[in-house]
Amino acid sequence: MDDIQQIINAMMREVVSPQTAAVAIAVIGLNIHFGYTGLLNIGQSAFMLLGAYGFAIAITKDVPMFFAIIIGLLMAFVFALVLGVPTLKLRGDYLAIVTISAAEIVRYVGRSVGYEGLFNLTGGAQGIPGSRYRGPFTSLSPFGDGNTTILEFNYTDVADGATWVRLVGWIVVIALIVAAVKIGRGTLGSLTGGARAGALAGLIAVITLGIFFLAPVPQQNTGVEGWWFTVVTWLLVGVCLIVVTLLIRSPWGRALRGVREDEDAMRSLGKNVFAIKMQALVIGGLFGALGGMMYVLPATVQPDSLGRSITFFCYTALLLGGAATIWGPVLGSLIFFGGRVFIIAASNTYLSSDKYINLMSGQKTSQFAFIVVGVALMLLVIFRPQGILGDKRELRFNV
Amino acid sequence: MSETAARGALADPAERKKLMSGVGAEPGSSKPDSILQVNTIVRQFGGMTAVDVHHLEVQRGIITALIGPNGAGKTTFFNLITGFDRPTSAGSGAAWSFDGRKLDKTSASSVAKSGMVRTFQLTKALNRMTVMENMMLGAQNQAGESLAKSIFRPTWTSQEKQIEAKAEELLDRFKLLEKRSDYAGSLSGGQRKLLEMARALMSDPKMIMLDEPMAGVNPALTQSLLGHIQSLRDEGMTVLFVEHDMHVVRHISDWVVVMAEGRIVAEGSADTVMSNPAVIDAYLGAHHDTDLGDDALLSDATLEQLEKEVAEEEAEREEEDKA
Repeated sequence: MDDIQQIINAMMREVVSPQTAAVAIAVIGLNIHFGYTGLLNIGQSAFMLLGAYGFAIAITKDVPMFFAIIIGLLMAFVFALVLGVPTLKLRGDYLAIVTISAAEIVRYVGRSVGYEGLFNLTGGAQGIPGSRYRGPFTSLSPFGDGNTTILEFNYTDVADGATWVRLVGWIVVIALIVAAVKIGRGTLGSLTGGARAGALAGLIAVITLGIFFLAPVPQQNTGVEGWWFTVVTWLLVGVCLIVVTLLIRSPWGRALRGVREDEDAMRSLGKNVFAIKMQALVIGGLFGALGGMMYVLPATVQPDSLGRSITFFCYTALLLGGAATIWGPVLGSLIFFGGRVFIIAASNTYLSSDKYINLMSGQKTSQFAFIVVGVALMLLVIFRPQGILGDKRELRFNV
Repeated sequence: MSETAARGALADPAERKKLMSGVGAEPGSSKPDSILQVNTIVRQFGGMTAVDVHHLEVQRGIITALIGPNGAGKTTFFNLITGFDRPTSAGSGAAWSFDGRKLDKTSASSVAKSGMVRTFQLTKALNRMTVMENMMLGAQNQAGESLAKSIFRPTWTSQEKQIEAKAEELLDRFKLLEKRSDYAGSLSGGQRKLLEMARALMSDPKMIMLDEPMAGVNPALTQSLLGHIQSLRDEGMTVLFVEHDMHVVRHISDWVVVMAEGRIVAEGSADTVMSNPAVIDAYLGAHHDTDLGDDALLSDATLEQLEKEVAEEEAEREEEDKA
């Protein structure tokens, strides 16, 4: 049971970590590109990297943090224009080719050592250490020093954390999740509109509390990967979700989906398709840049850590959660990163120790995790192509 | 759009006949009040000239049919004047204007904004959006479609309600109201044609261009589509449509333009055009009046006569080849 508890704790640490939230923000941006507008942007990592560079370099040059964020966003804005102007009038595949190569160009320029002026700014492949730009953000923290565990009241406080307490707890949590899914699908009870949304929100709150009760997360209050970082990035995720909801449920959002369905039809209705696509590319790119800044806050600005693989993680999370849904990107990110750590931790515990089976060495488990993730993604695309939250009806007419 | 809307002065058939009787029945004739004027529009694909129109005027307020055999360049011509394609002759005399506005260098979306809305031969319903969303996209000048205003709901909710009411009215007219929250992709082919036409009408166009509106539509629905097209004309809208079905063309069009091999070979009222030898040669064939389902055709006498005609034609062709 202790082994299982350790695996669950590792998952929880990863799930609440600010970097998961940062990727979720980038996925929200990618959802505007790919899910709503149908733009095949395979260079979301470049938007993240440029945002991170703009932010970090500005702060090392003693620019106030607010303006540093603006500079980071501006970098992504210009990048979106540069990518969009030549490609958005062409067929969709061209954007895909250009974005993936542009992302590589940005990464290689970032890690190049040839030009001293550039090297002094970016620090080459070593990147910019977090300690050089994290200061202004950390000093804003109202949380003070010390450690906090969420929840303070957890399973260890009930019957000394006996196995039955945890078992009962997980059964209750899983039952609640099933109930929430059924209400969401409309197969349990006949709630509609506000009552349904209220019931769902309440259930999700109880489920979250239950999970934290069963797997408490201890963290520093202000330090790197501490609660200050976690809370701010997750709040930002919430803000981004609200902004995206407002955008998508507006006539502008309707026009985005129209462009995804058929550009010529939109032209025949008097819509400026190029302008709509450009706006979508810029807005999604800005979310990417914001995600990039949050991603590097608890780490370093290292060009290779924001490379192609991050773009593909973003796509995996997006497809997992469900493209063209509001909550899909967040749910997808949580499940993707949580699932990956689960596989790593589980194979570390059960497949690479003498206690159980010793199949692989410790280094191999993370590679093994990626294999499993890849297979899972294939199965997902085959058996549930609309993702977890997607509407199957929408996919049926995929022409 | 509503029933009470003022009916155009051209709702009366006699009135239309009178108007068009003064127009010469030759290619490129000038009309009393033309809404669309096209000059020297040429489109070449490699060495093949798909469209080569010297002059064409479309009369305001009537139904004009554009007919011609396959490959005559009708759809290409549509694409050119609606901005979906660029003429090869751009810059060397190609000029066309709609309602007094030059359209030579206008993008497809601006053409639609100026009041000339088209539909497509292969219906372009926005499949993964509901019928209602399809309709609402058709409305013009929506405040909520600007990125800056879209997040501020109060700036567009009242307009949105008006658009929705208008969309409901149109859907009701086209018998699609009960499908309003279905995905457009789940509609039948004929219903999609109706939806596309209704969507085009959301923008209150001055002229609607229908590219083969009856293709693949069952006969019952054809009747109602025809009724809709005629009622649009009666409300004062100009209609230009491409069609193959001669019955349809005869039945509803006030003026017929015939294209063959990219050129306009004839113009006139439906009856005049169909007795024009150039048209018969180019398109209809000598037996356009014969019902192919008629058993009398199978009699020996008819077959012999047909064989004789074929032999004569072949002989003529051989003579031409020799010459």
